[in-house]
Amino acid sequence: MVLIGPSGCGKTTTLRMINRLIEPTSGRIEIQGEDVTDLPATDLRRGIGYVIQQVGLFPHRTIEANIATVPRTLGWDRSRIRARVEELVEVVGIDREMLARYPDELSGGQQQRVGVARALAADPPVLLMDEPFGAVDPIVRGRLQDELLELQARVHKTIVLVTHDLDEAIKIADKIVLLNVGGALEQYASPDELLREPANAFVESFVGDDRSMRRLTLATVGDLPYERGPVVPIDTPPADARAVLADQRSEWLGVTDGEAFLGWIEGAEVKDGVHLDDLHRFLPAAQVEPSSTLRNAMEVIMNSRTSVAVINDHGRFCGVVTLERIRAGLDSDLSATPEPAG
Amino acid sequence: MVLATGAANPLLRWSYFVEQWDRIEEAIFQHVQLTLLAVAFGFVISAALAFLGMRYRWTITPITLFAAFLYTIPSVAFFGVLVSYLGLTLLTALIPLTAFTILILVTNILDGFSSVPASVREAADGMGLTPAQRLFTVEVPIAVPYIINGLRIATVTTVGLVTVAAIVGYGGLGRLILDGLRRTFWTPLTIGASLSILLALLFDLLFYALGAWLTPWARRRQAP
Repeated sequence: MVLIGPSGCGKTTTLRMINRLIEPTSGRIEIQGEDVTDLPATDLRRGIGYVIQQVGLFPHRTIEANIATVPRTLGWDRSRIRARVEELVEVVGIDREMLARYPDELSGGQQQRVGVARALAADPPVLLMDEPFGAVDPIVRGRLQDELLELQARVHKTIVLVTHDLDEAIKIADKIVLLNVGGALEQYASPDELLREPANAFVESFVGDDRSMRRLTLATVGDLPYERGPVVPIDTPPADARAVLADQRSEWLGVTDGEAFLGWIEGAEVKDGVHLDDLHRFLPAAQVEPSSTLRNAMEVIMNSRTSVAVINDHGRFCGVVTLERIRAGLDSDLSATPEPAG
Repeated sequence: MVLATGAANPLLRWSYFVEQWDRIEEAIFQHVQLTLLAVAFGFVISAALAFLGMRYRWTITPITLFAAFLYTIPSVAFFGVLVSYLGLTLLTALIPLTAFTILILVTNILDGFSSVPASVREAADGMGLTPAQRLFTVEVPIAVPYIINGLRIATVTTVGLVTVAAIVGYGGLGRLILDGLRRTFWTPLTIGASLSILLALLFDLLFYALGAWLTPWARRRQAP
């Protein structure tokens, strides 16, 4: 789940109320059915992972000791802590030899990974992340976001993440909570729903004019319904092929041999008495995979002569995708979000 | 005062070491004792004041002003005034010496604690450390380089000031200096002065080594 909104909307405050760094004045916050104010604050916090933008690693402790902070506080024995640290090193992808180093010797991205490892150390069911990737450069940020998604696919935590970056929210959220100044809840929805059906004018302006473009990055070619397009098997009689061309109002005819796509033939050349196999074929320049995003597909189509991209899943023809098809897709519910997270 | 040094009154007569070794030894011992006592008391008081300052931020200004005021009192006057109340006692020597360390120590301890990044405090709280755990396992260690540095400056300063305490009878090596001046006899003066310089250098080195040993992380920072 991702909390997003302009400055002063209370997204960080909301997050800090969950682990009671800020005490709620009214209302209830429950974790697994238990009110967070039922436990002593320190006990509660040991059961909740916490990652902040500035990481806040302890400069006087080695990476290993930093990761072991909560297990040590909980009184785990040495060998158990050691084993857990080894495990986490793998999970967050840091070099084992860094364990003996001090935080100042690491890059920002590495420090943030250690911060995540430290938050996961005692295997808490809930992870709170306050702009965890805000302080690293965009390239590292993108990589850390991908890693978070992979990590989440493995560890299955309830992650509450605060960000002000809409692209980040769309990329990693299962559900987005959009807050307005003063803490007003504007919309609670999946990324696709937020972009497709903004609840009100504020949400609409927040997600921006390019929300359709943003949605294109959410859905993949595989999410679209199957469309064969003006494509026929190579042994189709020319008369039937012309019928397909007329039906599809296409100037190009695609030919397949079994599962393989062979290429495009100019529609005007399809004549009676000439076998399709004898005509000149243009190899398909525009190809996408089922896992390509719609945005990616659109770019490919824009650059092709045929205005249509062939879906090629490791040599297997899976239909075609056109601009009309993408536009139609945007009108429907493409709620198939990428991997689950936040 | 006759400043001439001749065969009868050289800067240093080596036989003095042998003849007066008991006296020299006692002076060194007293010098070290006074220095360490003053710095120890000063540190306890300063630590308490620093904690007060951190707990109630508004007290920092009055604390610093008071410490600065103590520091500005001319040392000779300070010793002199106390003699009229306490006589020629150890306490008369110790109170000003302790008072002079407070400004140095308090400011360094406070600097140390304000060097703890806010994000580190927040992370410590967020991970469920109790306030005491946060203080002793996170904040104090991070403040250590500053605290050691304060102790280093305070100790070296105090080694120098102890010699002044000779005027109230408790001066360690200062008494040798005073004796040499009174009798216009250069040998004890030279010995007292050079040994107190040596002592200051020794303490300086000792604290430097202690700091390096306690904070390996601060050293490695310079060589990433």
